[in-house]
Formats: sequence, C-alpha cells, structure tokens
Amino acid sequence: MSVLGWLDRFGRVLLAGFEDLGRFFSIMAQSMLWTPRRPFDGREWLRQMVRVGWDTIPVVLLTCLFTGMVLALQTFRGFERFHAEAFVGSVVALSLTRELAPVLTGLMTAGRVGSAMAAELGTMRVTEQIDALHAMATEPVHYLIVPRVNASILMLPLLTLLGDAIGIIGGWLVSVGLFGANSYIYMERTFQYLEVNDVTSGLIKAACFGLILAVTGCAKGFYTTGGAEGVGRSTTAAVVQASLYILLSDFFLTKILF
Amino acid sequence: MATEVHEPKISVIEVVKSFGDKRVLDGINLEVMPGESVVVVGGSGAGKTVLIKHMIGLLQPDSGRVVMDGVDLATASPQAALEVRKRCGMSFQEGALFDSMNVFDNVAFPIRRHRRDVGPPAVAARVRECLGLVRLAGIEGKMPAELSGGMRRRVGFARAIALEPGILLFDEPTTGLDPINTAAIATVINRLRRELSVTVVTITHDLSLAFRVADRIAMIRRGRIVAFGEPEAFRASPDPYVQAFLNGEVPQDEEEVL
Repeated sequence: MSVLGWLDRFGRVLLAGFEDLGRFFSIMAQSMLWTPRRPFDGREWLRQMVRVGWDTIPVVLLTCLFTGMVLALQTFRGFERFHAEAFVGSVVALSLTRELAPVLTGLMTAGRVGSAMAAELGTMRVTEQIDALHAMATEPVHYLIVPRVNASILMLPLLTLLGDAIGIIGGWLVSVGLFGANSYIYMERTFQYLEVNDVTSGLIKAACFGLILAVTGCAKGFYTTGGAEGVGRSTTAAVVQASLYILLSDFFLTKILF
Repeated sequence: MATEVHEPKISVIEVVKSFGDKRVLDGINLEVMPGESVVVVGGSGAGKTVLIKHMIGLLQPDSGRVVMDGVDLATASPQAALEVRKRCGMSFQEGALFDSMNVFDNVAFPIRRHRRDVGPPAVAARVRECLGLVRLAGIEGKMPAELSGGMRRRVGFARAIALEPGILLFDEPTTGLDPINTAAIATVINRLRRELSVTVVTITHDLSLAFRVADRIAMIRRGRIVAFGEPEAFRASPDPYVQAFLNGEVPQDEEEVL
C-alpha cells in the first residue's frame, strides 16, 4: 500500500478516536447540565440504582473474594523468602482498597451494566424511541442518561466498599486456613497500616469509574446507527472503550489522589 | 377568526438539508392550512421522513425556515420550541412505543410528563379515552411486544393525541400492513380529524391511504415538491413522475438507477 494510503488510514483511525472522545465529553457535559433540572424522576433513578448496584453485587463479591485470596497466596509465597509473612495482611488490604477493588469493580460493572446501557439506548435509537421522546417534548438526555450516569456514580463506591471487605476476608481465609497464620495477628496487621485515606481515595476512584462507564455506555448507545448490527457494534465498543478509559484514567487519578 | 383562516398552520419555506454530500431536501416549500389534511407521497429515499422530522424540530434545516403554529423553529427559544412540540403529536413508522412499558404507561407518558397537576384517576380516564378513539379499549395491560403491527401503530396514535395536540404528524402509518389494517388505519385517521379538529400531515408511499385521508396531496421527488393539489387535480397532474407513481411504472428517466 502506498504511503498516502497508510496516512489516509491512520488519519481515519485518529479522527474516529477523537469523535468518540468528543461524544464522551458532550454526553458528560449534557448529563451534568440536565441533572439539577426538573422534573426529577425519582422512580427511574431508583430503578437504575437497583440495576447498577444491587444486581451487580454477586459479580463484585466473587471477583473481589478471589482476588483477595490469590493476592494472599502470591504475597505469602514471595514474602516467605525474606521472612516477612507477617505483613501479608497489610499488603492485601492496601492493594485492595487503593487499587484492585475499585478497578475490578469498574471493569466488571462496565461489562455488566455499561454494555446493557449501550444495548438498551442503541435499540431505542434504531427503533425511533429516542426520536419519540424528543417529539413528546422530553429531552432524551434528561430522561434516559441522567438517571443512569448518576446511579452509576452513586453505586460504584458502595460496590467497591463491599469488594474491599470481601477481598480482605478472602485474604484472611487463605492466610489462616491454608498457611496457618494466627487469625488475631493477621487482622491486626491488616488494619495497622491502613489509613482512612486509602479507602476514601479508592472510593473516589470508583465514583470516577462509575461516571466513565455510564457515560461511555450511554454515548455509544445514543449515537448508534445501522439497525440491529449497529446495536451489537455499540455494545462491544462500549465495553472495550469503557475498560480502556478506566485503565488510562486510573493512572492519572492515582497520581493526583496520592 | 377571518385572519386565522388565511394563516397557514405549518409553513415549510425553501428548506435545504444535506447529509454528507447527499442533498436530501432541495429547497422544499409546503403550506398546510388549519384543519387541513395533507398527505406527502413519494418513493423510498425521496426525503419524506426527513421532511416530517423538520416539522417537529428533530432535524434543523441547513437553510430555509419551518414555521409551526406561528413559531419559527429556527429562531425560537428552546422553551418556545418545547411548547410547540407539546402542541404537536407525532406517530412513528413502527409505532416507536417504549418497550419497557405497557400500553397504559406508554399512552400516559406524555400526560404524566407535562401535566403534573393531573391526578392518577384523570390520567387513567384520559388514557382510556385516547385508546377508545383508536378503537383499542381494554388492552391497557399488554406490553408492546404482544401487539400486532397495526395495533402498535394505533397505540402510537393514542400516545400522540394524549396531550390534545392541534397538529398530528403521521410517518408511514401503514408500511408493512395488510389492506384491511391499512383501511382501519385510514378510518382511525379520519375519525381523529373529525373528532379532534386537528391539522394532519401524513407521509406515505401508500396511494390507497393517501386518497382516503387527504384534502390535498403533495408529491415529493429528489427533495422537491413536484405536484401539489386536491386528489382529483393530483390524479390529473401532467407530471410524468406522478403518472408513473399512480400507475406503478418505472419513470423513463429513472431506469438507469435500476
């Protein structure tokens, strides 16, 4: 292929990336602008909070339980070599609260809820339900996107808090059950080096991830074109993009928050 | 009163609209008088749906003006444009019912959204009245997926008239329906006209529907109106494309596109 052909292709990819980013920020700005406006649709907020929060609990619990367990397993094997087994509890607690619980919760929720948002809004777009909302003098961003984005921002920290707790329990199970650590000392070490800031910074991250996954899912769905196939494309793209944005922003959030 | 009669309810003036480099509307003009029923016919891709979407502000013209009920949609404040939309009811091609809600909630949606002072019993009464007007009493509890195509359209009609609009817009109300259901739709449209004294614009490629409900028929082709007149005058139009359309022939200058 000629140089121009490559440049052409590169330019297209770049443009598509910027278009996605532009839509992301446009939907984010619009949803913030519409959040304080009336009428406030409490029923819809509650429905979305149940779907994002309550329905995602099992997935988050399983993910974080096994992450805490494997974390204890790995650090125990490593720390054994320089006789630092006593600090496994501290490492598990710190890594979970600061990093793993928020990120894993964000990724799992993006897969479970972000994709569903893209599919639902995408279907509404291609079947003209979004146009119908417009025609009935109801701003689609206000009715559809505001409850989803805000429910996500509110629920992700709560899910992460659950993940923190169950992950620490997982670490404890492995250390005490498998390696015969003293239960009392393990728990003491877990909380000895854990500061309130470790937990809160994790929760702030989680709220940001909630914003990212909901806005990505809604933006992808909202701008869907091309019928059933388009809905499929949007759904996949929503998960990939949300995961990407979560991991990228994780670095910068960590840099800012600590 | 006398002045009102001469003021068109809907004016589309020299509207141009392009998507990419395809010019879909090419300087279109259309006036609809109060209480009149105008049907816009034309082939697939002639710009019919794009035209009707301009009337409700779903699309903005590149140039030209759309004046609805005395309000210029291009220069109106967002608030005024919203008020105009509340005075218009629109029905979409496949009904565009919200598939997460049952029939009752679909028809009640615009009332609950915009008439906050109306209590639940009054809402229920109004929903029953609207469903009665489209001859669908007693199906309030059904979900859209349980309805036939013709019933879904008529529920869409009921939702469109829920706020007692002065203007009704129908986008392809009979596409994909059998002749008996088409006749039923035509009867319902005429009944709504009679009982609600509304101004009606219908977009269709179905001539049997057009001649059943129209006071005047307009033919759109390549983004322009090529013929506009009362049904008898329309039938006698010298335009070769109109004659080809009426007789179901391929017009001579279009053979190359096949």
